[in-house]
Amino acid sequence: MGRAYSTIAFDPAKCDGCGDCMTACAQAKTGTDDIARSRIQIYGREGAADKTFELALCRQCADPKCVTVCPAGALNKDGTSGVIGWDATKCVDCLLCTVGCAYAGIALDEATGHVAKCDTCDGNPACVPACPHGALKHITTANIYNEVGDWEDLFAPGLAGCQGCNTELLMRHTLRRVGPDTVLATPPGCVPGMGSVGFNGTTGTKVPVFHPLLTNTAAMLAGIKRQYKRVGRDVQALAIAGDGGASDVGFQSLSGAAERGEQMLFMVVDNEGYMNTGMQRSSCTPYGAWTSTTPVGETSRGKTQDAKNLPLIMVNHRCAYVATASTAYMEDLYDKLDKAIAASKNGFAYLHVYSPCTTGWRFPSNLNMEVARKAVETNFVMLWEYTPQDGLHFTKPVDDPLPVTDYLKAMGRFRHLTPEQVEHIQKKVVENQKFVERMTEHAHVG
Amino acid sequence: MDRAIEHTKYLIAGSSHAALEAINAIRMHDAEGPITVVTRDAHLPYSPTVLPYVVSGKSAPERIFLRDDDFFARNKVAYRPKAALKALHADRNTAELADGSSVVYEKLLLATGASPAIPPIPGIDTVSYHVLRTLDDALKLRGAIAESKQAVVLGAGLVGMHAAENLVKAGASVTIVEMSEQLTSGYFDKVAADMIEQAFRDAGAKIMTGSRVVRLEPTAAGAKLTLENGTTLEADLLLVATGVKPEMDYLNGSGVEHAQGILVDDRMQTTAENVWAAGDCAQARGFFTGTKVMNAILPDATIQGRVAGMAMAGDPGVKDYAGGVPLNTYHFFGRHAISVGSSTVPEGGEVVTRFDEKTGRYLKAIFAADGRLTGIFGVNEFFDGGVMAQLILRRTDLTPLRSRFVANPLAVGREIMSQTWR
Repeated sequence: MGRAYSTIAFDPAKCDGCGDCMTACAQAKTGTDDIARSRIQIYGREGAADKTFELALCRQCADPKCVTVCPAGALNKDGTSGVIGWDATKCVDCLLCTVGCAYAGIALDEATGHVAKCDTCDGNPACVPACPHGALKHITTANIYNEVGDWEDLFAPGLAGCQGCNTELLMRHTLRRVGPDTVLATPPGCVPGMGSVGFNGTTGTKVPVFHPLLTNTAAMLAGIKRQYKRVGRDVQALAIAGDGGASDVGFQSLSGAAERGEQMLFMVVDNEGYMNTGMQRSSCTPYGAWTSTTPVGETSRGKTQDAKNLPLIMVNHRCAYVATASTAYMEDLYDKLDKAIAASKNGFAYLHVYSPCTTGWRFPSNLNMEVARKAVETNFVMLWEYTPQDGLHFTKPVDDPLPVTDYLKAMGRFRHLTPEQVEHIQKKVVENQKFVERMTEHAHVG
Repeated sequence: MDRAIEHTKYLIAGSSHAALEAINAIRMHDAEGPITVVTRDAHLPYSPTVLPYVVSGKSAPERIFLRDDDFFARNKVAYRPKAALKALHADRNTAELADGSSVVYEKLLLATGASPAIPPIPGIDTVSYHVLRTLDDALKLRGAIAESKQAVVLGAGLVGMHAAENLVKAGASVTIVEMSEQLTSGYFDKVAADMIEQAFRDAGAKIMTGSRVVRLEPTAAGAKLTLENGTTLEADLLLVATGVKPEMDYLNGSGVEHAQGILVDDRMQTTAENVWAAGDCAQARGFFTGTKVMNAILPDATIQGRVAGMAMAGDPGVKDYAGGVPLNTYHFFGRHAISVGSSTVPEGGEVVTRFDEKTGRYLKAIFAADGRLTGIFGVNEFFDGGVMAQLILRRTDLTPLRSRFVANPLAVGREIMSQTWR
């Protein structure tokens, strides 16, 4: 199996050209403040109406041209870190690498007469924390791939999801993480629809899976978990339910299990509707959204009510652990999965994953992650976690959110919105944010 | 001796940059097909470009190898040193090797590189002289330089100039004899060449440009050279560095068409079926002329090797070769010179130069009539050669940015390219 690598990402929209990254690099790498010697170079585009900034930095290419044109074997890509390393004892200062690189990622340091390039400071790049605007990020999500890739995939190789659906990702990752000693409950919804309950007498998972009713998922799983406990087996009880099955008709059993502190992990895949049965509205469907039961016509303009905030309701059950997550932020999701699994050993853990639906939300199948990311970047959804001990806090705070229209425009289900409806949604976003923020403040006080 | 004839899927003749890139490209698409590499060299792969640094002592000879045995084992490549291609029978997919064996191939890459071109000077075969193309040449020359008091270098190309600098630094009295009117012609213009010449003169070297050697005779110490104008020079070390010629003697009677080099199309295929060529032995399309030219430089060898390997493996991702763009870098006495693109000024084009006497920074940029860059040359003026090459290859119109670009090609080049890449 190949390896994935960490990378330094640059968001020009957030860069104001302050140059702090260059100073940090020069200090770390040359012990001077000479930003000309920095291995990361930011260039302001002169004369542009809106001042924008460009970047020259080694991209640690998978297929590095600097390495292929080096006559001295002085450059090599490290198979473990992915970093292209420079060997001073082999380099002949011929500068051919600078001719090979189309990104200006390796250049002459005139003070030394040698070439210099980014080595990511051994995986802890000095430039990234120096950026006051979050324009530089060290993306380490690759570690998940490297680590998780070796774990057993407990789902059938083929499954029947819609093209571009991220639920497969969620199911495979979650099952890999919880491991084989698991009993899985998947009530009616997309997850069984995609094949978790299997075909022709075989299950779609390599762990025992059952198909409760929408109404009794948490109750049945609680009973099964108690029976295993009684016979002395430590089994992870896991439910993967849709938002309809959890927030509407399944809510009483969910609420009851949470109130009793049943030892299980209840994961909700929130695609904001009954997508599996033909895209009907649920109580998690947001205001204004088109669904087959909140149509758009001469008088109707989509859903007229706001969405129920199910995870906040779960917080009010004082569960052992409650969190919201998004597949656009896998490291965050994994972190929460770990905590939820640990919490479910002693009590009720609830993980609410926002899951864009390519088919029901009407966006191109290649944009699922982008839509999921935009939801977070606009504060349309917020990523946080709660424990009774530490209260509630944001895990991916967005202090400077994009306008909610950036999110709404990414999909077809909001295409019909009037300016008034958009204004309503934007106000709700702000209101929701303030509401959750107040809860975090309370946590600090408590 | 009768031997069983070896069969291989991919036969690669040669073991330097073009060959190594072809191996990578083949393995990207075909993980299993047997690859055999046959080379005239006795060593693991290395670059001819590193050899001047072996001569100077900067590179340890045992540390210049670009691949090791483990690489060949992991990639399922049979590496056969001391097995130069001797004759090619393209009609029956068979290569005859210098070690007497034959190999039957399905696809053949000729990446045999070049050898020193020895000028037909009367008496040249009566004297002993050095050349610099192989590691063995470099080791011999390195030993000789340590002993030399009075050296003559024939030819002021980059190989000759590198060796001359090494000789000067080793304390020898050095004379460089060059037929054309300036040093490093073909790489750098007159202004740059004058700067290079001055650096050599300052270091004590004698430069004789516009001089032709008409006779060579052996002497007790080494050789005596007679120039066209009657001047004579004594040398205890003579280095012939008057250029290279493609290695392609094995083509005789093979039916593979060749002119200055082996003629190839934009997928590096020769005129013969199942035979490709890449690197210093190939004559491929030039970016500026559209005609087939020799562009015997390292970066181009890697690009050609890549195209050839992809074509040989049937990789559907293969793209036509964009044409060779000259790219050279040269380090002399702690200074550097970079040349990217053509030094010919196109019809209606414009040349912009600047020179700062205090810093010794020299820059020359050539623009075509339509505003795109066709060549850029600098001495002590660093810019990203790779970015410049992209601006040329992409035919980027620099008209709106020209004055800023000439003032600071490093910053403005990066600015343009990072927008393009986003």
